[in-house]
Amino acid sequence: MTTTSLQRVLTTLGHCEPDRVPLFLLTTLHGAKETGLSLRDYFSRSDQVIEGQMRLLQRYRGDCLYPFFYASLEVEAFGGETIFIEDGPPNCGCPIIHRPEDIDRLEPPRVAESACLTRVLETIAGLKARVGDTVPIIGVAISPFSLPVMQMGFDRYLELIHEHPDRFARLMAVNEAFCAEWANAQLAAGATAICYFDPVSSQTIVPRDLYLKTGQEVAKRTLARIQGPTATHLASGRGLGIVADIAATGTAVLGVSALDNLAELKAAAAGKVTLLGNLNGIEMRHWTPELAESAVKRAIAAAGRGGGFILSDNHGEIPWQVPDEVLLSIRAAVDRWGRYPLDWVDHQAAS
Amino acid sequence: MNSLRQRFRSALEALDHVQAEAVLKQALAETAPLEMIERLVVPVMEQLGAEWDSGTLALSQIYMGSRMCEQLLGRFLQLGTAKLRPSPRMAVVVLSDYHMLGKRIVHSVMRASGYDILDYGRLDVGALVHRITADRLDILLVSVLMLPSALKVRELRDALDARGVRLRIAVGGAPFLFDPALWREVGADAMGRTASDAIGIVERWTEEAAA
Ligand code: B12
Repeated sequence: MTTTSLQRVLTTLGHCEPDRVPLFLLTTLHGAKETGLSLRDYFSRSDQVIEGQMRLLQRYRGDCLYPFFYASLEVEAFGGETIFIEDGPPNCGCPIIHRPEDIDRLEPPRVAESACLTRVLETIAGLKARVGDTVPIIGVAISPFSLPVMQMGFDRYLELIHEHPDRFARLMAVNEAFCAEWANAQLAAGATAICYFDPVSSQTIVPRDLYLKTGQEVAKRTLARIQGPTATHLASGRGLGIVADIAATGTAVLGVSALDNLAELKAAAAGKVTLLGNLNGIEMRHWTPELAESAVKRAIAAAGRGGGFILSDNHGEIPWQVPDEVLLSIRAAVDRWGRYPLDWVDHQAAS
Repeated sequence: MNSLRQRFRSALEALDHVQAEAVLKQALAETAPLEMIERLVVPVMEQLGAEWDSGTLALSQIYMGSRMCEQLLGRFLQLGTAKLRPSPRMAVVVLSDYHMLGKRIVHSVMRASGYDILDYGRLDVGALVHRITADRLDILLVSVLMLPSALKVRELRDALDARGVRLRIAVGGAPFLFDPALWREVGADAMGRTASDAIGIVERWTEEAAA
């Protein structure tokens, strides 16, 4: 009997070795290329995204489906707007919180009443109907602690965290309610797990002592309300010094950065949390097949042993500019070097 | 000055306004403004920037610290009105991107270092080329966060070359940190790994221009 992607992933999440290292090729924008549509058009209909994700699955044989549209979608649900470009991910437009007082009146949007969120739920349901329990479907929710960068602008948000604790607490309460409802709706629609994007908690953005008082508390409360497994992703922010702190929030997986040492991350995470990462998506743009192969080998050698590892890019989304050939080279390298037991790793270390 | 530097650094890191103000006042009583900036403010900001780059300090500390620094010096030295040092004609801009924080920090750091610098806000290539020629800039500092915006620097350079406009471009922002070869590829003249790197780059270019 062949192992399904879901079995492979569950085995590695149990910190055991499956048949090979699971590969999460987190492609979103590439679905538009596959279907020949502009990015704006592609994301405007769930049937198109379903088609795009299924084609990507067939072509690259990754171990998950990834019905993530773009981060700004959640700001749309709050009444904000999204700006599309032709050759990259859309970004959010003007903030929806203009003055600190706006926070006092902010209410979480209802998921069922939001057309843009409903499109994602339809996409998840459609994918689930196609793959059943064979391939994990990874939903996405931006953490309540990271969302305000888009809701109010990064500078004003950092000032809020430091200078207005009451309004910060109120904003977290609104965002936590929304995040839990949004994540649970995706699980109900058929998502296997939720990727909780929380780069503001990374050490790139806030120091550990501030994280422990803010992002970690928010994550503990929010993950407890999400009725399914979660993966915390730092979106390529650094996290080596807070691995145990993040594991303590109850998350099963941690998405890690190419800026951190993967072997050290694995030592800190072993048995506590599965690592997801950490290929450098920006550099990937000009990888040759040889460079792709050596990057895959290096990552597997650093973190593959004993399971608890899923290979992917380090941001949670492969840039539009990364050519299909590179993705195929990564796929081929995992087939060649990702089979357990990873005896070549020991041989390599010995020589 | 060494112990003042230590105290100033700790004050910025702890966001202690009172302490930072006291240190600046003491330093200004002992030295002339520009010397104080060069011996106290610049080294401390460069040290904080280097620590962010190596992963031991967080961006929130860099932002809040540089903002506090700019505010305090603004009060003491009338930044922007009093000429503290000869500045090349330069501007900072966010190119085709909607992320303003990197530029905001670079702007704060440059002003706190005593430089006059224009803030172009956010511009696309066409409008930027017009501003550059109208203001006859010597130096442009570009900040981006998205990869497609980083790649637009190539378009900017080509448009400037086509018009025979010569100026130095320094770039910075996340894509350049993840791909250290990117700044050359897009035709920039330098890359800063952290906001305070802009100080050294501008200093170097100003000296070269004077030589
Ligand atoms: C926190 C974060 C988020 C947060 C907040 C983002 C925001 N600012 O709006 C959230 C979760 C919302 C998010 C979402 C997204 N993100 Co994000 N995110 C990050 C992260 C971790 C930090 C970004 C940040 O704002 N840093 C603060 C700025 C100020 O830092 P900085 O640019 O590095 O600037 C410093 C230096 O570089 C330097 N500098 C900057 N400019 C200049 C200029 C000069 C002249 C000099 C000398 C120095 C200098 O000084 C600064 C301070 O020292 C980065 C990864 C990383 N490790 O950096 C990804 C990253 C920026 N995200 C990325 C992407 C793609 C996205 C999304 C588009 C994903 C999606 N498909 O929706 C969205 C867009 C959100 C939006 N605004 O619409 C990519 C962008 C590159 C790319 N692939 O195109 C990055 C780089 C991740 C990656 N490795 O690919 N993200």
